[in-house]
Amino acid sequence: MIRKVMTGAAAAANAMKQINPEVVPVYPITPQTPIAMTFAQFVADGEVDSEMIRVESEHSAMSATVGASAAGVRAMTATSSAGLALMWEIVGVASGCRLPIVMNVVNRALSSPINIHCDHSDSMGCRDHSWIQIYSESGQEVYDFNLIALKVAEKVKLPAMVMQDGFITSHGSGIVELLDKKIAKQFIGEYTPEHYLLDVDNPITIGPLALADFTFEIKRQQEEAMKLAKKEFLKACKEYKKISGKNYGFFEEYELKDADVAIVVLNSTAGIVKEVVDSMREKGKKVGLLKLNLYRPFPYAEVAEALSHLKSVAVMDRSYSYGADAPLVGEIKNSLFDVPKRPKVQSIVFGIGGRNIYEEQIEEVFENLLNKKIGDVIHLGCRE
Amino acid sequence: MTKVPTPADGYKKLKEGGMVDPGTSKFFHTGTWRTFRPVWDEKKCIHCQICTAYCPDDCILTKGKDPKTVKRTETDMRYCKGCGICKEVCPVKCIEMKPESEFND
Repeated sequence: MIRKVMTGAAAAANAMKQINPEVVPVYPITPQTPIAMTFAQFVADGEVDSEMIRVESEHSAMSATVGASAAGVRAMTATSSAGLALMWEIVGVASGCRLPIVMNVVNRALSSPINIHCDHSDSMGCRDHSWIQIYSESGQEVYDFNLIALKVAEKVKLPAMVMQDGFITSHGSGIVELLDKKIAKQFIGEYTPEHYLLDVDNPITIGPLALADFTFEIKRQQEEAMKLAKKEFLKACKEYKKISGKNYGFFEEYELKDADVAIVVLNSTAGIVKEVVDSMREKGKKVGLLKLNLYRPFPYAEVAEALSHLKSVAVMDRSYSYGADAPLVGEIKNSLFDVPKRPKVQSIVFGIGGRNIYEEQIEEVFENLLNKKIGDVIHLGCRE
Repeated sequence: MTKVPTPADGYKKLKEGGMVDPGTSKFFHTGTWRTFRPVWDEKKCIHCQICTAYCPDDCILTKGKDPKTVKRTETDMRYCKGCGICKEVCPVKCIEMKPESEFND
C-alpha cells in the first residue's frame, strides 16, 4: 500500500495506470483534462503499455474506445459535460454492444449557459443509457471504484462510468492509498472476452442491424445484465475489502442507524454533510447521512431498508430533471413507496453550475427536518 | 456451425448485444430488395471477370477455376440487389438493367 497526496484526477489516472488498458482514446475537456494529462505522462514515461489515441472529438474518443473494446482488449477513456454530450450516440453503442469499457466522468454543468463548474447534469443525463454508474466522494473512492467498476463491467458485459465532482474532487488534493501494483493486477485479473472481433478462428459480427424482430430481446438482455451488476458489485466490494480493508457497498451509512432524520446525497457533498452530522451529534441531535455510491443499477430495496426508520429525509440533487422530480429524489421516493410507515421526503436542488454549499446551509436542512418543516422543492443557495 | 437467430428465439437464447455468427447472410435473400434486374447477354460477354470482381454481393457465379478459362455464368438473383455496378464496369456492354416490373417470375 502506497499513501500519497494527489488530486481526484490523479487518482483516476493512477487507477488507469494499474489497470494498464491496451487503448486509451481521449479528448481534453475541463475539468477532465488532468486525467488525460497525467495518463499521457505515464505513457510518455513508459510506465504503461497503453496506446493513447489523440482523437479529434469526444464522439471519436468513444468510437475508438468502442472499436478497441470490440477488438478484444481493455479500453478506457474519460470526459466531462459537453464531452459526454458529444459522445452520446456512441455511449449507447458501447452498452448496446455489451462492451465493458470503464470511463471516468468528471461532473460538470452542461451548457447553456457555458459553465465549467460542477453539477451532475452531464452524467444524470445519461442515466438511462445502460451504463453502470458509480459516484465517488473523494479521490480515494475514485481510485477504488475504478478497479471495482472494471471487475463488475467485465463480469456482466456492461460499460461503467465512475463519477467525481469537477474541480472539488478532480483538482482538490487529498490522501489516496494505492494498492500494491501486483495486488491490484491480481484483483482485476486477465481480460479474456468470450467473443471479440480479432478472434480470427471464431469470426463474429458485433453491432448488427436488428429491427422490431430482435431489438426488444437485445435490450431485455441489457436489463437482465444490470440486475446481475447489482449482485456482482457487492461481490467485487467484498473481494476488494480483503485486499484493501475498505468496506464499500451500494451506499455508506453515516450515523444513520439511530438517526431520526437524514440527508441523501452523491459525491463530494457527502464530506461536508459528515462534518455537519458530527457537530450536530455533539449537540445531541440525531441526524445522519446516506451517501449513495451505486446509482445504476439502483439498489431500491436496500435503500428502503436503510431509510425506513427515519421520520424524514432530505434528498439533495445536484441536477434538475426539468418538469419532474430531480434524478436522485425520484429514485428515493420510488424506493420508499412500499414502506408502510415511510419517512417524509424533502427534495432539495443545490450546487447548480458549481454554486457553493456551506455547512450552515446543511445545518438548516437538518434543523428544518427536525422541526418537521417539510414542503415543496427547495432550490438551496439560489437567489429568490 | 452457423446458428441463425430466428424470431422464435427468446432473449436468453440470443448472443449478447445481437452478436451473430458468420455466414448468416446466406440465409437472407436480399434479392427481394431489387428494383432493376441485370440482364446478361452471354453472346457478347468476353468473360473478363471484371463484373465478378466488382459485384459487392459476390453473386455473379462462375464456372471453372483456371483464371485463363474461367467463365461467368448467371447472376444469383436470390442475392442480387440490382445495384448495377456490373453494368457500369462491363467493357463490352453486355449487361442491361431492366425494371423488375417487366418480369413475371
